[in-house]
Amino acid sequence: MKIIVAIKQVPVRDSQLRIDSSGHWIQEGDLSFEINEPDAYALEEALQLKEKHGGEVVALCLGPARASQTIREALAKGADRAIHIEEENLPALDTLAIAKLLANAAKAESAELVLTGLQSDDLGAGQTGVVMAELLGLPHGTLIMAVDVNGNSIKVKRELENGWFQNVTMPLPAVLTIQSGINKLRYATLMGIKKAKTKEVKRLTTAELGGASAPVAVIQKVYLPLRSKQTQIMEGDAKTAAAKLVEKLKFEVRVI
Amino acid sequence: MSGVLVITEQHDGTWNKMSLETLAAGQQIGGSVSAAVIGQGVDSLAKELAGYALDKVYTVNHDLLKGYTADAQTEAVAQLIKHVNPDLVIFPHTYEVRDFAPKLAARFGQVLISDVVGLRAEGGPPVFVRQLFQGKLNSDVQATGPAPHFASMQAGAFRADNLKTGSATVESFVPTLDASKIRQKPEAPFRESARAVDLTAAEIIVSVGRGIKEKDNIHIVEELAKALGGELAASRPICDSGWLPMERQVGSSGQTVSPKVYLAVGISGAIQHLVGMKGAKTIIAINKDANAPIFEVADYGIIGDLFEVVPALIEEVKKAKA
Repeated sequence: MKIIVAIKQVPVRDSQLRIDSSGHWIQEGDLSFEINEPDAYALEEALQLKEKHGGEVVALCLGPARASQTIREALAKGADRAIHIEEENLPALDTLAIAKLLANAAKAESAELVLTGLQSDDLGAGQTGVVMAELLGLPHGTLIMAVDVNGNSIKVKRELENGWFQNVTMPLPAVLTIQSGINKLRYATLMGIKKAKTKEVKRLTTAELGGASAPVAVIQKVYLPLRSKQTQIMEGDAKTAAAKLVEKLKFEVRVI
Repeated sequence: MSGVLVITEQHDGTWNKMSLETLAAGQQIGGSVSAAVIGQGVDSLAKELAGYALDKVYTVNHDLLKGYTADAQTEAVAQLIKHVNPDLVIFPHTYEVRDFAPKLAARFGQVLISDVVGLRAEGGPPVFVRQLFQGKLNSDVQATGPAPHFASMQAGAFRADNLKTGSATVESFVPTLDASKIRQKPEAPFRESARAVDLTAAEIIVSVGRGIKEKDNIHIVEELAKALGGELAASRPICDSGWLPMERQVGSSGQTVSPKVYLAVGISGAIQHLVGMKGAKTIIAINKDANAPIFEVADYGIIGDLFEVVPALIEEVKKAKA
C-alpha cells in the first residue's frame, strides 16, 4: 500500500523562544529544528504498516529550505522518497492554506493512506489532517492509537477522553491523525543514513500547487502569557529551596 | 440571524460539561446567542438550555446522530448553520470537536480557531486568545474572511457558574442525512482495563514529566511521592515512552485530578496536562526553565535542576516528618 506521511519541522522542544520585531511570530534565526513529535509517530506507523503489508512510504513536508534536514531524517528512518513543498514564509499561511497545498500534492500520488500527527508542537491547531481529508473527499479518523488494515478497509482505535477508546472501521483511502505513543520510535541506522542520500526528494513550489490561499484567520500578535497566579519562588541553592518549600508544606499547605 | 451559535456536546443524554462553559463564552461575546443540541432524543437537554439567556435553542435530532461519526455530525451541523446563518459558531474544544469541527470549517472555506483560552469582543469579529508552542506563548487571532467564523473553547477557560438565565424558545431542526454517505462505522466505546490506580482519590500527587530524561531516573520522584505519602503520576510523554503505566497519566487523555497538593516535577505544563490538574488546591512546580508554562498555574515553585532539588526535598521532608 502507498502511504503518504505529512511531516512538519518545528523548533526543538526546549528552545528559548523570543518574539520577533514584527510581534507576529518568533525569531527563528538562532533556533534548532526537529520533526514535530506527533509526526514522528505517524512516520513510524507508516513504516510499520509498510513492513507488514508492503508498499511505499512517501514523506510530504511543507516548509522552508531548512526543512530538508528533517526530510533527510525521515528518509534515513525508512521513507522511500519525499516531496518537499518549499515555502520560506510558513507563518504567513493559515491552516487552510497549508492543508490545501498538502492535499494538492497528495492528490497526485493517490495513496491508500495519508497519515499525519494529531497536532503540531508550534501552532497546535490540530487540524491539518482533518482538513486534508475534507479537501481530498476522504474519510478520516483522529487521535489514532492503532491501525489494522483489512483489504479495502481499516479498523482504527480512536482515543476518546478520560481513558476511553473506540474502534472505528472505514474504507480506504483514508486520512488518519496519529496520537503520540501509538508505537515505539526507531532510530535511523547508519545504513539508513547512507541510503537516504540517494533517495528522491521532489521539490515543488507553492505556485505549482495552485498557490497559497489568502489567510482567513490571522495572528495579530504573539506575546508572553500573563500569569494567572503569583508563584512564590523558593530561592537559594537546592538544599535551601527544598527546606523553604517544606516549611510552606508544613505551615501554609499543612500536608506535613 | 446573525450572532453566535453555540454547538453543545452530549452523549446519551448527558452533557459534556464543557458545553455550558462554551455557552458562557457565547454570553460573554454578547449580542444574539443561540445554542444547538445534536444527537437523538435530545429534547429534554434542549429544554434545560432554554432556561438560559439565549435567543433560541435548536434541537438537531436524527437516528444517524445517535452514535457520533465525523461524517454525520459535519453534515448535520453544516445544514443547521445554513439554516441559522450565524456570524460565529463556537464549540467546546473536546476530542469530538477536534474530530469534526476542522472539517466543518473547511467546508465553509474557514479555519477553526481552536483551543481558545480567552476572548475580547470589541465590535467586529471577536479577538480570540490561543496558546502557541505548548503554552509558552499566547497569540491574538482574528478571523478575517466572510462569516460564518468558527472557534472552540478550552476546558476551564470560561466559567459556567455565572451563566445568565432566561427563557428561550426551542426550535426543531431535522437534518437530511444519508446513511450511505457516512463512511465511519463506530463500535461501542471501551476502557482498556479496570483502573488499578485511582488518582482522583489521592490527596497528594507527585507527578513527573520529560525533565526526568530517563526511565532509570523515575525512582527519585517515586521516592519523593513515598516520602510525602502521595501517589505517583506522570505527564503523557512519560507514559507514551512506557516509563510508567498509562493509568498513572494526568491530562486530557488521562485522569483529571484535583488533589490538595499537586507537585509537578520536570513538567513544562502543556495545555493537555494543565487541563487535568489545574483544579488542584495547591500546585507546586520544580522546573529548570523559569518560563515553563507550569509556573503560570503554580502557587509555589523551585527553579532548578530536579536532580539536585528532588533529593534535597526528600531529605527535608523526611526530616520534617521525623
